[in-house]
Amino acid sequence: MASTEAYITGLGQSEVGVRLTRAPLLLTVDAIKEALADAGLTVDQIDGVATYPGKMPSFLGFSPIGSDEVIEAMGIKSKWHLGGGEMPAQLSAIASAAMAVKAGLARHVICFRTVYEAAALSRPEEFPPLRRETVDGSSQWTAPFFSISAGTWVAQYAMRHMKHYGMTREQLAQVALNAHRNAAINPKARAIVKEPLTMDKYMSARLISTPFCLYDCDRFTDCSTVVIVSAGDALDEVKTTPVRIAAMSCSVDRYSWDQVEWYAAYETGEDLWKRTDYKAKDVDTIQFYDGFAFLPITWIEGLGFARRGEGHHFIDGGTRIARDGELPMNTHGGQLGAGRMHGFGFAHEAVTQLRGEGGARQIGGDPRVAVATSGGGPMAAALLLAKD
Amino acid sequence: MTVPRPRPRLDADNTAFWTGGKDGRLNIVRCGDCGEYTHPPKALCRHCQSENVSPQAVAGTGAVDSYTINHQPWMPGLEVPFIIARVRLDGVPGVILTTNIVGCGVDEIDFEDKVRVVFEEQDGIWFPLFEKHAPGAAKGGA
Repeated sequence: MASTEAYITGLGQSEVGVRLTRAPLLLTVDAIKEALADAGLTVDQIDGVATYPGKMPSFLGFSPIGSDEVIEAMGIKSKWHLGGGEMPAQLSAIASAAMAVKAGLARHVICFRTVYEAAALSRPEEFPPLRRETVDGSSQWTAPFFSISAGTWVAQYAMRHMKHYGMTREQLAQVALNAHRNAAINPKARAIVKEPLTMDKYMSARLISTPFCLYDCDRFTDCSTVVIVSAGDALDEVKTTPVRIAAMSCSVDRYSWDQVEWYAAYETGEDLWKRTDYKAKDVDTIQFYDGFAFLPITWIEGLGFARRGEGHHFIDGGTRIARDGELPMNTHGGQLGAGRMHGFGFAHEAVTQLRGEGGARQIGGDPRVAVATSGGGPMAAALLLAKD
Repeated sequence: MTVPRPRPRLDADNTAFWTGGKDGRLNIVRCGDCGEYTHPPKALCRHCQSENVSPQAVAGTGAVDSYTINHQPWMPGLEVPFIIARVRLDGVPGVILTTNIVGCGVDEIDFEDKVRVVFEEQDGIWFPLFEKHAPGAAKGGA
């Protein structure tokens, strides 16, 4: 039977580390077991699995595990599953699961993202690095100019914000400083951030691609993150406080990192508010994709928390986005502080905060509405999450 | 940059772009029906879906839309720093090329600097790089 609503009912996460030796399938199962226990569900009650971007055999560090493998490994009797990269950013896998439960195709869907980039890099014999004689697809338009990391692509949009809108490095730094402050009290971030970050340390750090320095780029991490999406008519089967997926939006304009004038965060942000009665002013916490430090600024503008070209003023000084500020951001440390969980960490943390389970990093005031986003550049996905 | 540039795999859509430099041409796909440009190149126009498209030599001049000074050696032997830029091509509305600005120091580049294409050949691929130039100045070099 179709359900009108979809909820996040279970959260799980494996150990988070750098160069872990535990196999990626086992990390995935660790996270799934934790999410099942959290929700009070058993494997027999799971009937769907979704992941992004699906197993990538030629690039196993980036995505070592597919949904079919999880179905087989855990004996899941699946009625619907999905795994693929041709969707607008990581959280689209969760949005797809929400559509599946609303359509009645499944009742409880495991959504996971497993990353193994640090471990794979350290064990090249087991995880051969991606080596190709030639480049094709979209990378042929950037790699020949040694514009290889997405950091060099995003950097040019950050440079434009500096030139046209007056963003300073000190303002940009607030994303990383906030991330490190929050990661410092997140037990799951111990392997990623070991020392506090100061403005002096930030300003003297090694440059990667201007304006980005080392602290503006997320770090390869090994972990698996899981959320369970359940149908609204199956909530009597779970024991947690359900968090409703109140609105979803995803968009791609040009599937091209250098042809877009404005990143997809802007259109995706506008779309999100068209699909809900909530307004930006109702949001209690924002969990914004920060693979590179400029990206949250595009989300702050795209979702209307600041006007276009003014996002850096919103974070100036860092007080507004701090845990005790008016709009706490990336309270777990984001990817800059808590590791490159590749999108799913933001949904996990948004639900953690709405449930009031953030421990030392829990924000005050009984938060009821959160936004989690993923993606960057020409692709974006956003979830509005509500405890209502 | 002493290491070889990553080499595009030539196909029916992109060969005119990556080899046009042999004849000094910067080729961008243009529609014979609506006149709009399509980049990355495809066998149809992304504006009107006409298949009446062909690579056309464009002026090869443009302006720096944005840039970054890359300091990270992404592969062994890559000399840094160097300039990665997005160049807006004159007369080719809506098309941006990611490229390198060469022939000037990394501290000599700015937004809206006028640039023109210079090709760097490597094993049959002609990479369109750009150098600064003052419009009206005597033409020199490639």
